[in-house]
Amino acid sequence: MNIAINVEDKLFQNRYKVDHGRPHIKIKDAAVCANECEAQQCTYVCPAACYKAEGNGAVTLITDGCLECGSCRVICTEHTNVAWEYPRGGHGILFKFG
Amino acid sequence: MAEKFDAIVVGAGPSGNAAAYTLAKSGLKVLQIERGEYPGSKNVQGAILYAQALEQIIPDFRDDAPLERHIIEQRMWMLDDNSFIGTHYRSDDYNKPPYNRYTIIRAQFDKWFSSKVREAGALLICETTVEYLVMDGDRVTGVHCDRMGGDVFADVVILADGVNSTLARKAGFHGELSSKNVALAVKEILFMPEETIQARFNINENEGVVIELMGTVTEGMVGTGFLYTNKDSLTIGVGCMLSDFKANPKKTSPYELLEKLKRHPSVAPLIEGGEMKEYCAHLIPEGGFNAVPRIFGEGWMIVGDSGGFVNAAHREGSNLAMTTGRLAAETVIAARAAGKPMSAKVLKAYKEALDDSFVMKDLKKYRHLPEVLETSPQFFTTYPSLLNRAAKTLFTVDGVDKMTKQREMTGSFRSARRIRGLVSDAFKLWRATR
Repeated sequence: MNIAINVEDKLFQNRYKVDHGRPHIKIKDAAVCANECEAQQCTYVCPAACYKAEGNGAVTLITDGCLECGSCRVICTEHTNVAWEYPRGGHGILFKFG
Repeated sequence: MAEKFDAIVVGAGPSGNAAAYTLAKSGLKVLQIERGEYPGSKNVQGAILYAQALEQIIPDFRDDAPLERHIIEQRMWMLDDNSFIGTHYRSDDYNKPPYNRYTIIRAQFDKWFSSKVREAGALLICETTVEYLVMDGDRVTGVHCDRMGGDVFADVVILADGVNSTLARKAGFHGELSSKNVALAVKEILFMPEETIQARFNINENEGVVIELMGTVTEGMVGTGFLYTNKDSLTIGVGCMLSDFKANPKKTSPYELLEKLKRHPSVAPLIEGGEMKEYCAHLIPEGGFNAVPRIFGEGWMIVGDSGGFVNAAHREGSNLAMTTGRLAAETVIAARAAGKPMSAKVLKAYKEALDDSFVMKDLKKYRHLPEVLETSPQFFTTYPSLLNRAAKTLFTVDGVDKMTKQREMTGSFRSARRIRGLVSDAFKLWRATR
């Protein structure tokens, strides 16, 4: 069952202090995602939909909505292609309720 | 800052606060470092607070802690797509203080706990991420921060940095988490008037209800949902093993699963009209006994989620976190009193105290559960569906005689699992929970 739902509407309710120009997570080698990873599970497992499967087979990452759960790093076991750090102090998601 | 502390605690969640509070209270010079803007701003939990673990640390916490509702009723629902069958346990005994457990809102609760830590004398620095541990050979001597000029030193560093356990992983104390040992959970908080919650859940002011759910909503993945009553909000969430999310052929996103749960005909009327004010996600370490890494060494200890201290079968985590934090702190205090160094040999007492507490005893009791559930998705799909079907057969009055209905019910169980499967499932559950 797939429900059409816009996760951006959910993330819009959250408070973030984005560290502009300094993403805390990076794809190490874009070619690995495009050529060696067929499943690209990050594109549907990420609870904030930070990873997008592009039409040309590439995966793009925008960390602005990241909830800092760590799932993308943990599931990328075959290729370990995610460079994952916490944001700089005070930046990133700031839960109001948690 | 070349200042040296008796102890550094990384993180201001339940385990870090329990550790820092206990250390500071005994007069030690404690530095606590938190990467969030304020304690709680990076933390996510359902959230249920079990009173006992906190009571051991702050006996009079009820006087001013931000508590939402005390729980008087526990519901367990097994869902198929259109119905649920379940059990409710409600007792007025849970209405007699001191209450056993409460719903809390973690950002508020952690702020409160942290105020107690600072009152006890610890120095808290927020908005500061610890990037790595400072080592001298195999000995941890301090931490490197992304602010404050870098390195800070202490006799012992307590790692309360959460499920991702970034610092211990970077230091090589343990490896990467396995997706089979963590659940990914997402949740929303929905606001509505107090009176509406009380009417919908059949409760009075300050009384609360917990609903745990399992069934077809998780699409065959090992996982559960939950719905908790706060004072003027509800928390609804769902979590499944990360390995199952990864392998799900339907490629369902966690937020799609949550939306499906919210739209379930048994759930939707309870949450209707709620104003969604936050959406959270978090990993929960559910690997249990066999997934607990090494938790002490030369000048370091691991507490809370960072050490995998969660009893998934009983939905307990923050009480284990607080207990591990307290026991780690008590280990440091006892070692100092005896004039001993913070060596692995001395800090081993922390592991021994944990083994002797409910924390490791409970994890040990359920040590087979993760592997059993991993290999038995029928507990999360087949059985809930069979039970719902049986209830429907039994309760629908349609002119069919009762003996025929009974045969149909037992027949549906047999055809789904066969006698051998039913017996083996019963054995598996017994072995996993005995």
